[in-house]
Amino acid sequence: MQKVLFKHIDFPDQYKIDTYIRNGGYSALPNALKEHSPDQIIELVKKSGLRGRGGAGFPTGLKWSFVPKASPKPKFLLCNADEGEPGTFKDRALIENDPHQLIEGIIIASYAIGAHRAFIYIRGEFAFGANRLQGAIGECYQKGYLGRNILGSGFDLDLNIYRGGGAYICGEETSLMESIEGDRANPRLKPPFPASVGLYKNPTVINNVETLSNIPHIVLNGGEWFASMGMPKSTGTKIFSLSGHVNKPGNYELPMGVTLRELIFEHGGGIKDNRKLKAVVPGGVSTPVMTPDLLDVRMDFESLYEAGSLLGSGATIVMDETTCMVKSAYRISKFFEHESCGKCVPCREGTRWIRQIMERIENGKGREGDVDLLRDVCINIVAKTVCPLGDAAAVPVMSTIEKFRDEYEYHIKNKKCMVELGIRFV
Amino acid sequence: MLGEVTQKRIADLKEKFPHKRSAILPAMHVVLEEVGFYNRDILKQVAELLDLSEMEVAETVSFYTYFPKEGVGKYHIQVCTNLSCMLLGAEELVHYLEEKLKIKAGETTPDGLFTLSMVECLGSCGTAPVMQINQTYYENLTKAKVDQIIEKLKKEIKE
Repeated sequence: MQKVLFKHIDFPDQYKIDTYIRNGGYSALPNALKEHSPDQIIELVKKSGLRGRGGAGFPTGLKWSFVPKASPKPKFLLCNADEGEPGTFKDRALIENDPHQLIEGIIIASYAIGAHRAFIYIRGEFAFGANRLQGAIGECYQKGYLGRNILGSGFDLDLNIYRGGGAYICGEETSLMESIEGDRANPRLKPPFPASVGLYKNPTVINNVETLSNIPHIVLNGGEWFASMGMPKSTGTKIFSLSGHVNKPGNYELPMGVTLRELIFEHGGGIKDNRKLKAVVPGGVSTPVMTPDLLDVRMDFESLYEAGSLLGSGATIVMDETTCMVKSAYRISKFFEHESCGKCVPCREGTRWIRQIMERIENGKGREGDVDLLRDVCINIVAKTVCPLGDAAAVPVMSTIEKFRDEYEYHIKNKKCMVELGIRFV
Repeated sequence: MLGEVTQKRIADLKEKFPHKRSAILPAMHVVLEEVGFYNRDILKQVAELLDLSEMEVAETVSFYTYFPKEGVGKYHIQVCTNLSCMLLGAEELVHYLEEKLKIKAGETTPDGLFTLSMVECLGSCGTAPVMQINQTYYENLTKAKVDQIIEKLKKEIKE
């Protein structure tokens, strides 16, 4: 399988502009600026079928087309590099090893939507990545790929890095905008959508790092080429971040629709220490857990939805037979309690209640009826909050109860885990 | 209090954004780089430099967890304990560090050198278990690696 985004990921010095250019980089940019109108770029991206790689899978070209062309307001392009969904580490790899691929995508996207100002919002912890990007942006200004009259095309663009402060919620698009505006990053009610009222109340497009990194390749090779890879409705390749109990964890760029079995057993080298597979979270901790009977499911937006889970960010966390599902769900519940911004009552209170009940079950103090109580709390969060964090907190608990209810009951009855996690830190 | 260079770096941020409040987070990153922590006096100074009220700065900064308050050790050890790291022994890693540094997670050594914290996902799940010390990531950790890292930091201090 031919790699697209990761073709030069291990190439020495790929992060430097000269190496990137030697490997074919910045050849899509003049092509886009000089031979395509902004509308033609949008059409090209629509034709490619590219869908957002941050988790929601919204069609990218369609998103771009929502920006009102006639609006006299300045337009903004935001790159969401607040990679925080536990299990996900693909954007970090793209940023650190091939920052110019991303920047080239940002320039073309900005041109397509008529933005003259763009930001990369990168999570605070990624200091190394932020430095890499800063260096790459400096190189671009020197070479005339950023700034005034880019490559003599008459198009201007300024690109800045904006570093976050360790808040998961900032990966939600409207929170991210609040964060750049310098407010507490509570999400906004939609509509209005960012395309009409976004950053500083101006029309704004926000795309994930992986999404934007695909753009130069689509411009160079065409929409049909991209659409020929993967599945009919989930086109192209996807970077799967594989972690947990596998022999070869890491990022794997594979066609959309690869089976979970192939990902774990062929690319990931199978389960560590020859243990048995117990459960998989296919798209980051906020997606429903799956059991080994679903190993042949295809990893794409539609197939995973039909199988009762979600592709999310493609972060696949593998758990072997020694994993206590109650403990795992408890750990995830702590995360969501910590990251709830506090704006919506069902999420602010509900995530704490979930954690409290999970904690007493995990600590052998569970009471009869706790499992149903947990479900009840979850049901009262789902679809009752401004942003998806509430649902994300409820889903892992509900899905582990559905698939592993016996472990919860065992915990409550016997005041301990059904299985013991082996010693892993040596 | 903030030195002259730091003050200038922060004051310069004001002009970089359409709204001056946008400069709060970048200013805090400058504070982290130059001072390593913040306190109320620093927030007051940041507010003055950005031409904002202290309240405006404080309400934004208090939303975020990345910026340590005064009292944090010279080396802030942040261990990821989220799911992927937990599956590969993050809890044992925390216990190992607790024993090694003779403090509990959330505490600072009496000499002010090390603070140990448990944090949420650092985005390095493929190289679990992982910790971040100040701005640097340490990945694929083992007991031997942790020993080496702590020794190296202690040596740095002596020099």
